Parts: sequence; structure tokens; C-alpha cells
Amino acid sequence: MSDKNDSYWRANVVLILSLLSVWFLVSFVCGILIVDFLDQFRFFGYKLGFWFSQQGSILFFIILIFVYVWRMNRLDADHGVDEDDQA
Amino acid sequence: MSVQFLTYLFIGLSFALYIGIAIWSRSATTNEFYVAGSHVHPVANGAATAADWMSAASFLSMAGIIAFEGADGARYLMGWTGGYVLLALLLAPYLRKFSKFTVPDFIGDRYYSQIARLVAVVCVIFISFTYVAGQMRGVGIVFSRFLEVDINMGVIIGMAIVFFYAVLGGMKGITYTQVAQYCVLIFAYLVPAIFISLMLTGNPVPMLGFGSTMDDGSGMYLLDKLDGLTSELGMTAFTEGNKSTVDMFFITAALMAGTAGLPHVIVRFFTVPKVRDARISAGYALIFIALLYTTAPAVAAFARINIINNVDSMEYAEAPNWFTRWENSGLIAWLDKNNDGLVQYRGGAALAPTKPVYETGRGESGQRMLDNEPGAGENELYIDRDIIVLAHPEIAALPNWIVALVAAGGLAAALSTAAGLLLVMSTSISHDLLKKCLMPSINERQELMFARTAAALAVIAAGLLGIYPLGFVVQVVAFAFGLAAASFFPVILLGIFSTRMNREAAIAGMVTGLTFTFSYIVFFKFISPELNNADHWLFGISPEGIGTLGMLMNFAVSLVVMRLTPPPPREVQALVEQIRVPKKQEYHG
Repeated sequence: MSDKNDSYWRANVVLILSLLSVWFLVSFVCGILIVDFLDQFRFFGYKLGFWFSQQGSILFFIILIFVYVWRMNRLDADHGVDEDDQA
Repeated sequence: MSVQFLTYLFIGLSFALYIGIAIWSRSATTNEFYVAGSHVHPVANGAATAADWMSAASFLSMAGIIAFEGADGARYLMGWTGGYVLLALLLAPYLRKFSKFTVPDFIGDRYYSQIARLVAVVCVIFISFTYVAGQMRGVGIVFSRFLEVDINMGVIIGMAIVFFYAVLGGMKGITYTQVAQYCVLIFAYLVPAIFISLMLTGNPVPMLGFGSTMDDGSGMYLLDKLDGLTSELGMTAFTEGNKSTVDMFFITAALMAGTAGLPHVIVRFFTVPKVRDARISAGYALIFIALLYTTAPAVAAFARINIINNVDSMEYAEAPNWFTRWENSGLIAWLDKNNDGLVQYRGGAALAPTKPVYETGRGESGQRMLDNEPGAGENELYIDRDIIVLAHPEIAALPNWIVALVAAGGLAAALSTAAGLLLVMSTSISHDLLKKCLMPSINERQELMFARTAAALAVIAAGLLGIYPLGFVVQVVAFAFGLAAASFFPVILLGIFSTRMNREAAIAGMVTGLTFTFSYIVFFKFISPELNNADHWLFGISPEGIGTLGMLMNFAVSLVVMRLTPPPPREVQALVEQIRVPKKQEYHG
């Protein structure tokens, strides 16, 4: 495997790990682990923890996937591994 | 026009549409039959994935569960959507680059082992089969409630439709019917939600109406009002949960990893042209799914308010039509504990045992007589959770055409999922089992013929399970996720992210995860159901969430065994390096 592919893979893994920490934070932490603590705050008509667990986390999930797509397409182009490129 | 006439009309029209699409998109090659020639546009694949994924459980049952469980329902909302993040980031793009047809294909090639391939085939068939039986029952329930045909007749009609487009069209036919089915089901879900949201909060967007103030002049937020009502009646407040934090955590994680490991969902990402399409396609799929999943908790809250307002302290003799009709179907029961002729709706179980057992004859107010003992407390009302989505439009007194629309939507949800599962099973049999293991010499035409035959047999078997439901199958459906999480997810993940991961570790890991999860579930569900409570569970984890622990054990065993056994052959390591990079390239070992 070339060094170029190595650095591409490392950048990919770093991106995945940072996005997954947000994923863990909005669902498992805010929606489950500290839900009772967050429930003392209001977010419009919702208790904050309740909102995270029933609607908010889902919105974050969508954003996470689109951020990933956007960053990966740039990463592909920067490292010359885009599948449209000719070798 | 009557509800029944409109229901026939809508179901007839939607079925005609599905059949038309099936004829238009027949499959001629195995490639088209298995993965639609990998020519599906990512948006179309997103819609098809959403319909594939959202089953009778999502459409018919989920809002009902949340309506009665309140905050605890969040495990389904987060669990069944969060899995798509895992799928998009960790699995879909790499499996697309691998560009074969099935999950056992990947496992067999990556772990250079026919045994691993066979284990995967058995898991795929087991998971898909338990799952599809539930869909067929859903089809039967919709037919019998709305069209008053026999449940078995309903299953047979459903089978005939699926048979037509799955056997004829393969993946290509299924994909485009699923796109149409998504449109039908989301329309059918949103329209009543919009009407009810307008009635209760004046906000036409149900997802926002959920957090708005009531339109009754009180200026109170809907959720505060609901918390007040539920607490007043001695129930758990809607936004408070009953489940322990550790159990919520483990169940949600099992549902997420299970979603990412379900073969009929994974295979959808083989149908798009490129790696970048696989990534974005998961995003579109989640948007389409989220439209229903962010509406579901709103529907749940609206339904709970409407039920309390319409039913509590109602005189039974003046009960609305829907109430007596569902009572006649055996899904509502009323036990007049204090003999006042009024329905008291309170916290706690109305009956002991909780499910109603009817006697012949009617009580003083005309209610069906029950064989059950009265439950502790004042609650007199039993309502089956599964009826909420179907009954809510009637409870809110919406026009007949909306009631009929919901029936067509429920059928779309059940049929689309059933078709996806049947296809995965037939592919596993014709491709993984016959072509790759038992009869490698068969040609393309024979393989396609076997695929169609397997699909036909799977449809018939699923239909029989719908007609003669096996109790254990219904029980196991909920656990298919735990089993997928404990078996497939770690093996596929490590297969991509570790070049060192080898055959021995994969087999040891899968066997450990599956055996542990399966035994735990079987023990608490079938051998000693009387011990099935938090005091006896391992670390307080219920059988529903145990798949997460099984998955962690799978990971641990794999990582240890991997270090004690020889690394995989060079060409397998090269394969892993290759699927990590989108561009097609020559690799030099």
C-alpha cells in the first residue's frame, strides 16, 4: 500500500472517530445518560433531555452523515483516489 | 362514501401501481435480480431503503408503544435511526467497493472460508425469516380489520402481490416498487398527523406541533398538558421513563448495531453505481426515515391526549363507534370495577392477566364480559398498543378517506419490507449456497432460475407462517436485532478496519456472540420466563438489550484470537487495502 493511501486512510479514520463522538454524545449521553439532568432545562415546549432522545438526536444523525459525505468527497479529491479519476 | 369502499379503492389503486411497476421493471440477468444492475440513483435507493427498512412495526406499532411508554419509547426512535450513522460511516461505502452481491459473499471472501460463508448464510436466513413472518401477520391484520375479510385471505392476497413483483422483478422490480411504497406510506402517515396537529395545536407541522402550545385557549405547552393529565390519572408522566438507564443504554445500542448489521438493509447499498453514491444514499435514506420517525412521537403524544380526553369518564352506553368496534375485535376491553357505567382510565393494569379473555354475553352497560380478575387499582380500560395508528384517525373523528389511506399505508410498509427480506433469502440460497458452495458449475440462466424458485418458495413459507403463526417466531422478531448485532456487525467492521483480522478470530467471535445472546434470550423467554425481571438479569440488562453485551464479547474474543493465530493470506490483506480506497486501482500484493 502506498504512503498516499496510508495518509488517506488515517485522515478517514480520524474523521470517522470525531463524527462518532458527536453521535455518541447526542444519543447515548444527552438522550440516555444525563437525560434527567437536561430535563431541568427547557427547549421551546420540550424538556431538553426529552427533546434530544425523541427528536434532536435524529436531526443530528442526518447532519452527521451529510458532513461525512461532504468531507469524504473532498478527501477523495485531495488524495487523488476519487473513483472518477483515471489512474 | 363508506370507509370500506374507500379502503378497497385505495388498496386496489396502490396494488395496481405496484404490479404496473413490476411488469415495467422485469429482471433478465442475475446481476439485475440480485442488485438491480447497480444502476439505482442514490435518491431512489434512499427511498427504497427507507421503505425496505420501515416495516409494519415502524408504521403500525411504534407510535402506539411510545403513546403508552412515553419517554421509554426513545430507545426505538434513537436505536432505529442511529444505526444509519454506523452504516454510512463504517460499512456501506466499503461494502459497495467490494462490489459483490451479498453479506455472506463478503464474509466468505474476506475470511477465505466456506464455513464462515455457511454460518453467514444460516444467520441471514434465520434473521430474515423471523422478521418476514411478522410482516405477513401485519398484512393479515390490516386486511381483517378494514376489509372484514378473513385474516388468512388477507395473508394470501398479500403473498400473491409480493410473489408477483419479487419473483418476476427481483431486486430491480423490488427497488422501484419500494420507491412507490415509500411515497404511499409516508403520505398515509403524515396526512392524519397534520390534521390532528392542526386540531390540537393549530400548527400544521406535526413534528413542531409536538412542542407547541395547546389550541384550547389554555396557552399550555402540549407536553406539559399531557404530563399533567397522565400524572393526575396516576400514570407515569409522559416525559418520564420507567426503564433503568443501563437497560435503555444497552437496548438502544443493540438496536443501532443490529440495524447496521441487517442483511436486507446492507444489500441495498450494493445497488448504487459508485462508492460516493453509497455514502450519500445512506443520508437520503435517513432523511426519508426521519420524516416518519420525528412524526411518530408527536402522533404518540396526540393519541394519548385524545384517548384520555375522549374516553376517561365516558359513559359506556354512549361509547363512539370505534370503541365498540375494536372491543369486538378483542383489542379493547372494559371491566366496570365500580359498576357506575363510566369508563375510568387510570394508571396500572386494568386486568389480571393483562390481556383480555372474553366470555360470551354482555354486561349491564352492553360491554363484552371478561374472564379476567380485576387488576389492582382503579383502571378499568385495556387498550392494545398496536391499534393506535389505525384507530387514531377515527378517535380524532377525521374524514373517512383518511382512515382508508392509513390502511393502504400500513400495507405498503409491510409489503415493502417483506419483499426486501424475501429477496435476501432467495439470493442467499441461489447465490451463496448453490452457486458458491454446492453447485459451482451452474450457469447464469440456471442460477437465475434457482433464484426465482427460491424466492417463490420463500414467499409461500412466509405466507404459511402468517396463517399458522408460531408463537416463538413472534417473540423472536424483537431479538433479531440483538442477534444481528452480536454476529454480523463486529465481523464486518473488523474485516474492513483491521487487515490483521483473520478467519479463526471471525469464526470464534461469531460463535461466541451468537451463542451467548441466543442462550440468554432463550433462557429468559422460554426456559424460565418467571425469572425475566431486573433482579435476575445480568448487570440489569434485559434480553432485548443483551445483544450489545454479545457484541462486546464478540469483539473481545476476535481481538484476542486474532493475535494468537496466523495473519490472513497476502491476497486477502490486499483485498482489504483495496476496498478502503474508492478508486479502482491495480494493486501489487
